[in-house]
Amino acid sequence: MQPPILEAQERIYDATRPFKGFVRELWAYRELAFFLAWRDVKVRYKQTLLGVGWAMLRPVVSMAIFTFVFHRMAGIASGGIAYPLFALAGIVGWNLVAEGVGAGSASLLGNTNLVTKVYFPRIVIPLSALARGLADVVPALCVFAVALAVYGAAPGWALAVLPLAVLHALAVAFGLSLWFSALSVRYRDVAHALPFVLQTLFWVSPVGYGAESVPAAVAMLYWCNPLTGVIQLFRFALLGSAHLPLELYVLSAACGLGILLSGLWFFQTVEADFADVI
Amino acid sequence: MSVPVITADRLGKRYTLGGTPGGIGARTLRDAIGAAIRAPRRAGEARELWALRDVSFTVGAGEILGVIGRNGAGKSTLLKLLSRITRPTEGRMRIRGRIASLLEVGTGFHMELTGRENVYLNGAVLGMRRAEIARKFDEIVAFAEVERFIDTPVKRYSTGMFLRLAFAVAAHLEADILLVDEVLAVGDAEFQKKCLGKMDEVVHAGRTVLFVSHTMGAITGLCPTALLLEHGGVVMQGAAVDVVHAYLNANRSAPPSIDIARAQHLDAHHGAGIVRLERVELENPFGGSFAVPWKEPIRLTLRYQVEQDMTNVVFGLRVDSTTGVPLFGAHHTDDGAQPVTIARGTHHLNIIIENTLQAGRYVLAIGAHSAVSRDILFLVPDAATLDVLDVTATGRPYLGKYGCQTNGSAAWEFSD
Ligand SMILES: Nc1ncnc2c1ncn2[C@@H]1O[C@H](COP(=O)(O)OP(=O)(O)OP(=O)(O)O)[C@@H](O)[C@H]1O
Ligand SMILES: [Mg+2]
Repeated sequence: MQPPILEAQERIYDATRPFKGFVRELWAYRELAFFLAWRDVKVRYKQTLLGVGWAMLRPVVSMAIFTFVFHRMAGIASGGIAYPLFALAGIVGWNLVAEGVGAGSASLLGNTNLVTKVYFPRIVIPLSALARGLADVVPALCVFAVALAVYGAAPGWALAVLPLAVLHALAVAFGLSLWFSALSVRYRDVAHALPFVLQTLFWVSPVGYGAESVPAAVAMLYWCNPLTGVIQLFRFALLGSAHLPLELYVLSAACGLGILLSGLWFFQTVEADFADVI
Repeated sequence: MSVPVITADRLGKRYTLGGTPGGIGARTLRDAIGAAIRAPRRAGEARELWALRDVSFTVGAGEILGVIGRNGAGKSTLLKLLSRITRPTEGRMRIRGRIASLLEVGTGFHMELTGRENVYLNGAVLGMRRAEIARKFDEIVAFAEVERFIDTPVKRYSTGMFLRLAFAVAAHLEADILLVDEVLAVGDAEFQKKCLGKMDEVVHAGRTVLFVSHTMGAITGLCPTALLLEHGGVVMQGAAVDVVHAYLNANRSAPPSIDIARAQHLDAHHGAGIVRLERVELENPFGGSFAVPWKEPIRLTLRYQVEQDMTNVVFGLRVDSTTGVPLFGAHHTDDGAQPVTIARGTHHLNIIIENTLQAGRYVLAIGAHSAVSRDILFLVPDAATLDVLDVTATGRPYLGKYGCQTNGSAAWEFSD
């Protein structure tokens, strides 16, 4: 019996040239990306005692603490919007990025046996890890809807921007994940540095306070943080108004894009060695 | 030869061994940065190892090629290069068709997920389409014999059930080229037989297969041709029986022996330590290890030391399974020989054991007792670990009778 391979396209691999056809490859492995994402989400909700309840509880607790610390104690204003709502909108955006970066950065080391035993474009791993962040955003939005109702507010037309905000958040999370996951394969101390990096990012991002509170002198620098744009966009989408000057938003988005593109480039240049050094 | 589907042209793979702080081998960013600052020029230094070098061969369409070699010879590395898990350092390879690799069973299985969920996940990991998995789902579950547990998390499975399900998914892969690394050594004897049967089916479905195994019987049984790797290079490619024979007969010059230095178990007080076993040597080893081919008598030489003149000594041995089940034993007096008298000094004893063992691993216990007092003079319960190979002395495969503990022979006489 003659096998059907003879019609198949011949592939030639040359040691001196990297494997080509990155996007086509990624598309060919879309089902794997989907299954890995589905696995991560499923396992997450199976293992935690409260499941979805946990994903709803966390933003509520953060909101309560923020209200106490930032609003009551530090007297941070929220521009006419009830502070708990104001904080919650920021928390939703921040959590999406932080969860995504956390899961994405740990993803390669967490899937060592996949990396060393089967071939597929490695980028599938940090990409599908983003689903972890995405899975938590839905319960968080439900919490936000309840909070809106409690404060007698209603979402405005700005809600239409929400998908864009989510996409923007995912892009930033993906860019950071690419850097951290690829670096952590070779350098184990990167994983220890991550919590510190996230903590620093938290303080220089408008989560518990608004971007408008930042002195004008350092505003440009402040908006170089890719998270500033993401979180202010979330606030705008969910509350209908936020300090969001277009040129500063573009600056923040451009910095995010820079991280994403450089992350893609870095990941691509080192991924061939993952199976050897992981 | 048919159209080549795999052509390897001077393939080489160099690994960098970690360890030197700084340089390529640095394991922390801090070390790497530190090394770059202290001595920028030396940052590239690290110990290197060529796992494969100058490897060229071709595999034709529909060919089943066995790949053998010692531990560390580069077999797994070769499969990893062909499957693109890792990139060659030098050389080229041409591959025609869809390639699937099976380097271990159960890659990507998650303990928290159910059997059903894992079948889909593992299928996707191995490169199957969702529709393809759905179509074969029932077949996979039936093959693994886990129908009743398919919606139970696999963490509740027994090891055997887990391996069966994992193998079943892999066995239903549809690829033009299949790379298989040492995955048949799973599960119980019954299931191994089933796996071999399935492999046989896969192999005869016209696919091209590269099959790595240390089980010589499986190599000669499944593969018409084989490739022998040694220290990262191809030593021989040809008919599997010849290649296996060459492999097993390499390094036969040095018979393996085991020096017994550890304390010898003694439960009697009298005579303890007077007789000591010093060395066990296998006179007819195969492949340079403590192994004999199937059905080949086991020839041992013992060296032992006696502290003072002894009378009425009886030597004995026992063969145990690796799980500690005694299989059979013998004393030198079994056939009516008398207990021996030994003078002080070092002595040798030759033993020939009729080999009725199936292929597998066994433990030899060796001891001596006094025929008069019945005191144990010495007893070494694990004097040697013996492998009985699943090939005959001429390299012919032996695959049958996997379920039986021992083998025997019978005389058959037909009459009216
Ligand atoms: N990621 C790695 N980094 C460094 N060295 C490696 C790596 N992988 C394999 N090696 C080395 O390459 C050599 C070949 O290894 P390989 O796994 O191919 O051997 P093998 O023939 O499959 O052996 P076995 O029969 O034990 O499976 C070994 O010396 C091994 O230590
Ligand atoms: Mg190996």
